[in-house]
Amino acid sequence: MSFEILTYAFMHRALIAGTAIAILCSVMGLFLVLRRYSLFGDALAHSSFGGIALGLFAGIYPLWTAYGVSIVSALLITKIKEKYNISGDASIAVLLSSGIAVGLVIISFSGGFSLDIFSFLFGSILLVSVDDTVAIVALTGVILMIILLLYRQILYSTFNEKQAKVSGVQVDKINYLIIILAGVTVVTAVQLVGVLLISALFVIPNVTAIMYGRGFKQTMIISITIAVSSVIAGILISYVFDITPAGTIVLFAIGVLAVTMGIKSAGLLSKN
Amino acid sequence: MLNAVEISNLTVKYPDVTALDDISFTIKQGDFLGIIGPNGAGKSTLFDSMLGLNTNYDGTIKFFDQDIKESKTYHKEIGYVPQKPEFENNFPATVSEVVRMGLRKKSDDNKVDEILQQLWIHELRHRRIGELSGGQLQRVFIAKALVNDPKILILDEPITGVDQQSIDLFFSILKELNSKQGITIIWSSHDLDAVNKLANHVACLNRTLFFHGESEKFFSDDKLVKQYSEASMQEHMHHH
Repeated sequence: MSFEILTYAFMHRALIAGTAIAILCSVMGLFLVLRRYSLFGDALAHSSFGGIALGLFAGIYPLWTAYGVSIVSALLITKIKEKYNISGDASIAVLLSSGIAVGLVIISFSGGFSLDIFSFLFGSILLVSVDDTVAIVALTGVILMIILLLYRQILYSTFNEKQAKVSGVQVDKINYLIIILAGVTVVTAVQLVGVLLISALFVIPNVTAIMYGRGFKQTMIISITIAVSSVIAGILISYVFDITPAGTIVLFAIGVLAVTMGIKSAGLLSKN
Repeated sequence: MLNAVEISNLTVKYPDVTALDDISFTIKQGDFLGIIGPNGAGKSTLFDSMLGLNTNYDGTIKFFDQDIKESKTYHKEIGYVPQKPEFENNFPATVSEVVRMGLRKKSDDNKVDEILQQLWIHELRHRRIGELSGGQLQRVFIAKALVNDPKILILDEPITGVDQQSIDLFFSILKELNSKQGITIIWSSHDLDAVNKLANHVACLNRTLFFHGESEKFFSDDKLVKQYSEASMQEHMHHH
């Protein structure tokens, strides 16, 4: 393997955008996993597929329509859950299939699948433009800043809603905020791994990091490290072997999870 | 002395049952009140209403003369220790991270260490929360409740599933908080002996307020104690 690939501008963009998305997804994902919302990212990604199809059909930049649809779906799923007392997993299943169904119908109206649709389904990190890279890095910065500012309130309401409420944390507002931020994060991350593999980025690094049995901040750092290494390794390996980056990234993260499980089974980690 | 809590004509109705019926009582600053009553007597409903978790009630609840429906700051005066600290067993947070969650002002960081020391859990501060015993966990949640220097501490039946040594330590901590730091304590419990030992006031609840006054008066009146015990016993039999 030569280091020549590191001199390509598209590779720089892919690595920068990929790293930003990895950090964003692992931070957001940690809150989602601990709130038992692991599949929420998946549902939002599928619903954003409807948004992408809508954008392509209407001739609007598809990521904008995807952001709109993703945020609206995120709020809708929460309202439906509250109002009709449908369980979390069932409401996620409804959202997930509606997004794909809407997307498929719109696509068939516009004359079938195009290359664009495939790049959103499976990711297209090597094709990311300068503008996209700037947008991804900026969005990541903004979302991380919001999380940092409200860190205690978000963590407390994730830990225990009732106690957070008693302490004066505005739990309902925090919950909506998390959901909206998750919606934005998902669409941003679609460019890296595509609609189909997005929940892997939210869930796998965090499930792995939690197994190391540390405190919250340490868990977050471990998760970010795993996510960033998986993305960088995935992009480079996939380029060298000419295979799909999205699949390689996720397989690398699964590899880290498997090794961690092995270490844990061998009794080298604490029981929690 | 100033009233820490003033509850007037509190009534809470659920569709099929009246959980609390026209309850009125006051708690003076520095009081140690034990709230006793059988299961389903409305203790949780009373606490939920006082803590702002249930706003669907008639009557008024005031903390230090502020109606909680109008005040946005009354939380600051209250520390709350839940009955069973519910959280995911593998939740990745250390003892000091959990206590810090309760901290409103970041500048009070030393306060966390101070409170951990006061409650004998300082050496546990880097341990993950899911690894602790019931008694240790209870002290962590008391620490979290105390970290903002509240004037009132509300504890919901907090000694279920805790070993005797921890219970004794817990009692001595409560006594010290009340007598040395002057914190008003409101404590719901099933344990009549413990309430007799610790509390200076008793409120006996069974949807209505059955008795409220000095604990000496309650415990020296055999008839009252007997009536209470019978009511709980019936409840107990009913449950089996």
